Amino acid sequence: MPNVIEVDNLSTLFETEEGTVKAVDGVSFRVREGETVCIVGESGCGKSVTAMSIMGLVEGTSGKVTGDRVGFGDRDLLRIDRNELRTIRGHEIAMIFQEPMTSLNPVLTIGEQLMEPPREHLRMSRKAARQQAIKLIERVGIPRAEQIFASYPHELSGGMLQRIMIAMAISCGPKLLIADEPTTALDVTIQAQILDMLRELKEETGMSILLITHDLGVVAEMADYVIVMYSGKIVEEGEVSELFAHPRHPYTQGLLRSKPILGQRLERLYSIPGQVPDPLSLTPSCYFHDRCAHCLDICTRREPELKTLEGGQKVACWLYETAEVEARG
Amino acid sequence: MSTIPATGRTEADRRSSARKRPSLWRQSLRRLMKNKLAVSGLVFLAFMFLICFLGPLFSPYADNKINTTIMNHAPYAKHWLGTDLLGRDVLTRLLQAGRISLTVGITSMLLSVFIGSLLGAIAGYYRGVVDQVILRFADLLLTVPNLPILFIFGALLSEWKVPTEYRMYMVMLMLSFVGWPGLARLIRGQMLSLREREFMQAATVLGLRDRRKLVHHLLPNLFPLIIVVATLNIGGAILSESVLSFFGLGVMPPTPTWGNMIDAANTIIDFEKHPWLWIPPGVSIFLTVIAINIFGDGLRDVLDPKQKK
Repeated sequence: MPNVIEVDNLSTLFETEEGTVKAVDGVSFRVREGETVCIVGESGCGKSVTAMSIMGLVEGTSGKVTGDRVGFGDRDLLRIDRNELRTIRGHEIAMIFQEPMTSLNPVLTIGEQLMEPPREHLRMSRKAARQQAIKLIERVGIPRAEQIFASYPHELSGGMLQRIMIAMAISCGPKLLIADEPTTALDVTIQAQILDMLRELKEETGMSILLITHDLGVVAEMADYVIVMYSGKIVEEGEVSELFAHPRHPYTQGLLRSKPILGQRLERLYSIPGQVPDPLSLTPSCYFHDRCAHCLDICTRREPELKTLEGGQKVACWLYETAEVEARG
Repeated sequence: MSTIPATGRTEADRRSSARKRPSLWRQSLRRLMKNKLAVSGLVFLAFMFLICFLGPLFSPYADNKINTTIMNHAPYAKHWLGTDLLGRDVLTRLLQAGRISLTVGITSMLLSVFIGSLLGAIAGYYRGVVDQVILRFADLLLTVPNLPILFIFGALLSEWKVPTEYRMYMVMLMLSFVGWPGLARLIRGQMLSLREREFMQAATVLGLRDRRKLVHHLLPNLFPLIIVVATLNIGGAILSESVLSFFGLGVMPPTPTWGNMIDAANTIIDFEKHPWLWIPPGVSIFLTVIAINIFGDGLRDVLDPKQKK
């Protein structure tokens, strides 16, 4: 299947007073048509910044995006002019955020906000946009659509607002939906409903989803393909079933071990020892080496590259390049 | 009360219930109505407007009619507030003056709010060079006290012999010229914090145009602040106009304003012997400005609770 988006060697730097932080460091991946790709990793690993860089939201902050290419169709999102980017946002690529409560304008009604993207991008008439908005509210599973249309955001619950955000995102029939931790702020039952709905919508419209999360449960439920990020780099990626069955990178193994298992009661959940390294003092090495149980000498001196293993899974770890390791000592 | 079965409701029912939801404005209005002090201020202002704009129509002494047989006469049945130096009816002049003072206050407020919010919003939204230019200009005006600037302008107007009938409009322009920087700064500050809010990032992601984001998303968030400042500004503008007219640099007689009516009575004889000449305009200024400020404070409590104290 053709690729919807191709990210090549994307890096995002933030200038801070203490020095330059490489929040995203040479990340490459692709999302195919109708596919759900999940980016997982703990807080601060650069997964959200990756999404923001693709959408051109880093511009205007202290950050700077460099990279070979972010291909979307025949366009390169890194080198496109502002106005053209604007016509892609909300139209061909839509995005939803973690906090539905603050993502809607408090002084405008749900209806007004829901009508905006189709009126802007599809040049829909007010009447048509209104009809579509009502239909969308019903489509995302909220009853009394007419009443909700006239409500203000503060009158709705978090779960309802996230549904509204999703309705807004799909209102122009995007090819790609970027969902940045869409269920983190919601309670568990609502989470499941929202995820089910996203999956249904994907089946229905054939759009692709780039889902960013730290929740492996969400990954297992949603993903076709998984990308594991650590300290701004991709450490492992692969098909979801393969990756869950045979995690290769020690970090992925640790992540999967720290997941609670239903029906099993433990005193304490497993957690990976140590902490994420300070992004200001990174030296050429595997950034995971000081937390890794299998750390080799070379891990502290050189960065491993992302290598494809047989079966298609990719991993950036010296343990899987033993031949090379032995050769160099 | 019995519960209404959900299936029993028709489409029309649902539509009407959708319409009846109280809007944010109506909710604010309801809260404002609970504030007795603010309501009394509003009632007084409404009363002031009515008698100033309608009162002179019923007066037999309109158009500065001079009657030299009853100069400086104390209040009596035919002239409720007495007559002035030229035998004109003080009450009629007081109401006509109120018309001018209120008009000047409101017009210059509208103009300064327009300039102030436009420039403030642009400065806060675009930041960078635009922000610096606008801000430095506002600072320049803020560093010099308003009255000296107004005095210079007033003196220039007299020097250039601007016809009396145009002076009122010039005074409006002058007042709005010195009135906008404060508001511009306030709006800019709000804008800086609003533009970083998550819903603005969401609006960006939806691919909305800058103008749409500014006018449709940000401005409504600023309305409460603008309305409050605007209301309080009217009081300030009325005071400034009175001060200017008192010093003979604002609106010129024979066009009456509360300020130049007091000015006309500023000799020791008038002060001691003819108090009906200066007490009514003085009291009018005092009460009107107080009413505006009370009402403005009430509005602030309702629309902008964060700013309290």
